[in-house]
Amino acid sequence: MKFSLGPVLYFWPKQKMQAFYQQAAESSVDIVYLGEAVCSKRRELKFDDYMNIAHMLREAGKQVCLSTMTLLEAPSELRELRRYCDNGDFLVEANDVGAMSMLNENSLPFIAGSAISVYNHHTLRRLINLGMQRWVLPVELSGEWVGQLLAQNLVQEVRSCFETELFAFGHMPLAWSARCFTARSEHRHKDQCELCCIKYPNGRIVDSQDGQRVFVLNGVQTQSGDRYNLINQLPSMHDKVDVVRLSPQAEGTFEWLEKFRNNIHGEAPQPLEKNDCNGYWLKLAGMVQQVEA
Amino acid sequence: MELLCPAGSIPALKAAIENGADAVYVGLKDETNARHFAGLNLDEKRLQEAVIYAHQHGCKLHVAINTFAQPESYSTWTQAVDMVIKAKADVLIVADIGLLGYIADRYPNQEVHLSVQASATNAAAIDFYQRQFGVKRIVLPRVLAMNQVRALAQTTDIDLEVFAFGSLCIMAEGRCYLSSYMTGESPNTAGACSPAAHVRWEETNGVLESRLNGVLIDRFQPEEKAGYPTLCKGRFEVDNETYHPLEEPTSLNTLDLLPQLHKEGIVSLKIEGRQRSPAYVAQITRVWRAAIDSVLANPKGFTVQSEWQQVLANLSEGSQTTLGAYHRTWK
Repeated sequence: MKFSLGPVLYFWPKQKMQAFYQQAAESSVDIVYLGEAVCSKRRELKFDDYMNIAHMLREAGKQVCLSTMTLLEAPSELRELRRYCDNGDFLVEANDVGAMSMLNENSLPFIAGSAISVYNHHTLRRLINLGMQRWVLPVELSGEWVGQLLAQNLVQEVRSCFETELFAFGHMPLAWSARCFTARSEHRHKDQCELCCIKYPNGRIVDSQDGQRVFVLNGVQTQSGDRYNLINQLPSMHDKVDVVRLSPQAEGTFEWLEKFRNNIHGEAPQPLEKNDCNGYWLKLAGMVQQVEA
Repeated sequence: MELLCPAGSIPALKAAIENGADAVYVGLKDETNARHFAGLNLDEKRLQEAVIYAHQHGCKLHVAINTFAQPESYSTWTQAVDMVIKAKADVLIVADIGLLGYIADRYPNQEVHLSVQASATNAAAIDFYQRQFGVKRIVLPRVLAMNQVRALAQTTDIDLEVFAFGSLCIMAEGRCYLSSYMTGESPNTAGACSPAAHVRWEETNGVLESRLNGVLIDRFQPEEKAGYPTLCKGRFEVDNETYHPLEEPTSLNTLDLLPQLHKEGIVSLKIEGRQRSPAYVAQITRVWRAAIDSVLANPKGFTVQSEWQQVLANLSEGSQTTLGAYHRTWK
């Protein structure tokens, strides 16, 4: 079982980003995803900055992948995407079919991100035939669904040709919109957002009127209010999951990485915190926290 | 420019056709479509009836098989495709890559439209579906602005269909998991959003609360009009401010954009609402028929009639309508 760091989904200042990746280089993580996956207006780090970090991480022995934008609308976003796809060096995570299309056109392998709708073996097999090397499971899939999908002959025949990766820690990306909800929360129009999301390194919390955590606003992305935390499910997922992804949080990511690593076979289970959830993997509503007996 | 109307039943289909629809879209009575509600949609017999009625009236029938197929019951989806083709419906509306492949391999001459659930928002994604599966038309997600629709219309040669009126999905369709996060069921996994089985209403001292799987979606004072608790249209709190952080209960209405959509060569205007009554479908169809005829007759002189807007406003969620993402200020 390998561990990865997903792309930073929040908008952090350049200095914080560089410090984070310095720590990543010194950590035990195996794979690091780099790149802006949420909003093309966020440009604290530019493509060349990411490439410099990528080379630094590679020299530290990490496998580096470039992660791409999820909601692509403007032609300028496609041009930026092309730069990622043509980087010539690093494997690319396609978070939109548009990226898959570009990579496939150039006969390049790719990683299918969790927002690509892969729900069955026929779809998965088509993507493998197109060059998919790693499949990041849609966040809403249960362990049972994934098990049934992987058990199909069509997949078993080629199981050695691809890896599976599971988003297992952090606030899950649940939706993308043309509207910027962080700007809206500040009564700003998206065109005059002034990149206000930089003030919220963990996004903005949305509670119900009776105080239940509901969502986290992260620009055009809506995340789960609760933090997904599958640390205690690790021992039971070895036959389904090759790579376990931790999504960078403003604090504590590397401490959790070590806790995850220490519990691969159930040696060191952890108590979940109040706003942790694990429902999706257990075939429940995503927001549910099930405490295992 | 085609007027494409929804029907969840034979009476709704007849209402649409009698009131001027050029084409009607329907779904089957199972989990293969994204409006999988009790009492809605067509079985095999009704589907055949629908095809015959539509064709007798010079109308096309589109069938949405637009959820994502599940591994253990994959054949439910392929059998649905086989059944629709056997019934001689004109068009299949599909989102699942596996299923698109099945149709392209087995029925290469079948006309297929890419469902909005496939979330193709850009030229590169459109190119993929065109190249791999020969889809003839793309149903564009409701997240695009008019200038983005225009850019796509000018850069691709594929037919484009846009949502003209009805419930407003503010998230890119087909990759929104908010509903399963809260209830365990989403459009992708169960063909439903904010499913009714999870809804609970409770009134205390005149204040009406709506909950979805226990989560408080909204509180309505006696003078407020209560709406269905679609989770993205709830009233929540952000730093002690109570408001609709995602969207107000409102409907999409693009009547004002009609001349621009016509100018860009949009081939089809889709009315949302397979879950609606035949009376709703009749009224909506009548208004849009008149509006499209008016723009076709005189594109430059087109004006929106106030009585059209009145009818549409009365049929809208919370009596409010918006241009949604088509208009930049909405964002």
